[in-house]
Amino acid sequence: MSKRIDVNDLDIYYGDFHAVKDVTMTIEPRSVTAFIGPSGCGKSTFLRTLNRMHEVIPGARVDGEVLIDGQNLYAKGVDPVDVRRQVGMVFQRPNPFPTMSIKENVLAGVRLNSKRMSGKAADELAERALRGANLWNEVKDRLDKPGAGLSGGQQQRLCIARAIAIQPEVILMDEPCSALDPISTLAIEDLISDLKTDYTVVIVTHNMQQAARVSDKTGFFNLKATGQPGELVEYDSTQTIFNNPREKATEDYISGRFG
Amino acid sequence: MTATPTPARRQPSSAKPVRRPGDLFFSSASIGSATIILLTLAGVAVFLLIEALPALTAPADEVSGGAGFAGYVWPLVVGTVVASLVAMVLATPVAVGIALFVSHYAPRRLGQSIGFVIDLLAAVPSVVFGMWGMSVFAPRLVPLYEWLEQNLGFIPLFADASTSGRTLMTASIVLAVMILPIITAVSREVFLQTPSLHEEAALALGATKWEMIRTAVLPFGMPGVIGGTMLGLGRALGETMAVAIILSPGIFTWNLIGSGNNTIPAEIALNFPEAAGLRLSELIAAGLVLFVITLAVNLFARWIVDRRAEFSGAN
Repeated sequence: MSKRIDVNDLDIYYGDFHAVKDVTMTIEPRSVTAFIGPSGCGKSTFLRTLNRMHEVIPGARVDGEVLIDGQNLYAKGVDPVDVRRQVGMVFQRPNPFPTMSIKENVLAGVRLNSKRMSGKAADELAERALRGANLWNEVKDRLDKPGAGLSGGQQQRLCIARAIAIQPEVILMDEPCSALDPISTLAIEDLISDLKTDYTVVIVTHNMQQAARVSDKTGFFNLKATGQPGELVEYDSTQTIFNNPREKATEDYISGRFG
Repeated sequence: MTATPTPARRQPSSAKPVRRPGDLFFSSASIGSATIILLTLAGVAVFLLIEALPALTAPADEVSGGAGFAGYVWPLVVGTVVASLVAMVLATPVAVGIALFVSHYAPRRLGQSIGFVIDLLAAVPSVVFGMWGMSVFAPRLVPLYEWLEQNLGFIPLFADASTSGRTLMTASIVLAVMILPIITAVSREVFLQTPSLHEEAALALGATKWEMIRTAVLPFGMPGVIGGTMLGLGRALGETMAVAIILSPGIFTWNLIGSGNNTIPAEIALNFPEAAGLRLSELIAAGLVLFVITLAVNLFARWIVDRRAEFSGAN
């Protein structure tokens, strides 16, 4: 199910503001790729262009191409709705739908495809997705309770279950642990390691230890000065980035000597 | 010299907190305002009760219609409630549509100007709506009523078409236009408050715009829409001038498109100037009934709007 992503010469703009400059990278299937870098360097913006979620913000546009198994997401006639069904996303703050039960939350994406599903098939799918998100044992007795009643970490895993229920090719995570306590963070990190056997996972994080723990490859984003576009400074295996970075800026950032 | 300034002298610690004159003034002013509104409401209720008592206790054959106060007032109550409910049913879908357009579809500039125009609609005096409804709108509705009679005449609501168009249905449609702004304004506010977190959650699952609205915006805004609808209903229940001018009043009938029927506010406005004695008391008692209905609707609306806090989803 997982697919490879090739990004070629991608520039991202918000109106006249050039947010990210000239990114070219290849993201391997069945791997975890982490993006690190200071706030405002464009790593989240870049992540959102991988499923065209940046378009939600008025005035946002890109120049360049993003290929998923050779298919350009920005080719003419590609519907962003279809792109987002292939490329799932988990956000910084857990965002289950407050008016829906746990089970309805998991099935929300599937129901959008307006496929009619028998009650049994729906139950099985919900269980599979919740097991996939390591949440089944905690919620199996209260599937009809509101999703907003869970703890923050459980809500975030519920959001992951919701994302994998539609069986995407790629899962994007935008700082998925920044609103969580260390125990919940650990649970999510374990889950990320499990997910990479089936999916291509791309994660943005502010936590460098987290990037070192979960990812196979790491990209370091930076900007030269405020108002300048962010750029991909270095992209390599996580081991190289953290032990033997090529660029001085990367070394300064990961060793905390930044700015 | 120390860098941190030390207080000139220590305040003597006392059991009582310091009361500043400004705090005292504003707290008594706000308590006073709150008391005045309660006293006003109680005063209105007491006035209505005392003045209505003769009609409520009068022998049945002395009240207009000769069937007691209940017999006199129930057709008016039904007329009022039916006209308001029809207005609400007509206005709500349009108001929700406008609110969604303004909050989620229109470009920001256009949305703001449309919102402004809708608010202007609320500034049109009801007597203007009444005159327009009677002289312009009612005659143009006659063909529609005739069509309804021919095709849906088997339903008692559309049994017999009026030739003047001055019917309860016309009054309802005009009421619908009048309550449109309030329902639109409340709905627009709650739709705009939908957390972008939830909208993005839906979009990231591959929702189209309409699916996003259905999954994230409408469930979030529903309590607010219901509250706005109830506020509109309260306005329609109490509306006097428009109904008094448009409707040619008559005896009660289920037929919405024929002449007949009346509402409590219109009945009071048309008869009050010449009323005296028991007749006056009857009209005031009718006002009391309207007061109770409107109060109940508004309390219900308040309760629903307040309940929205639980649905905010902010955690």
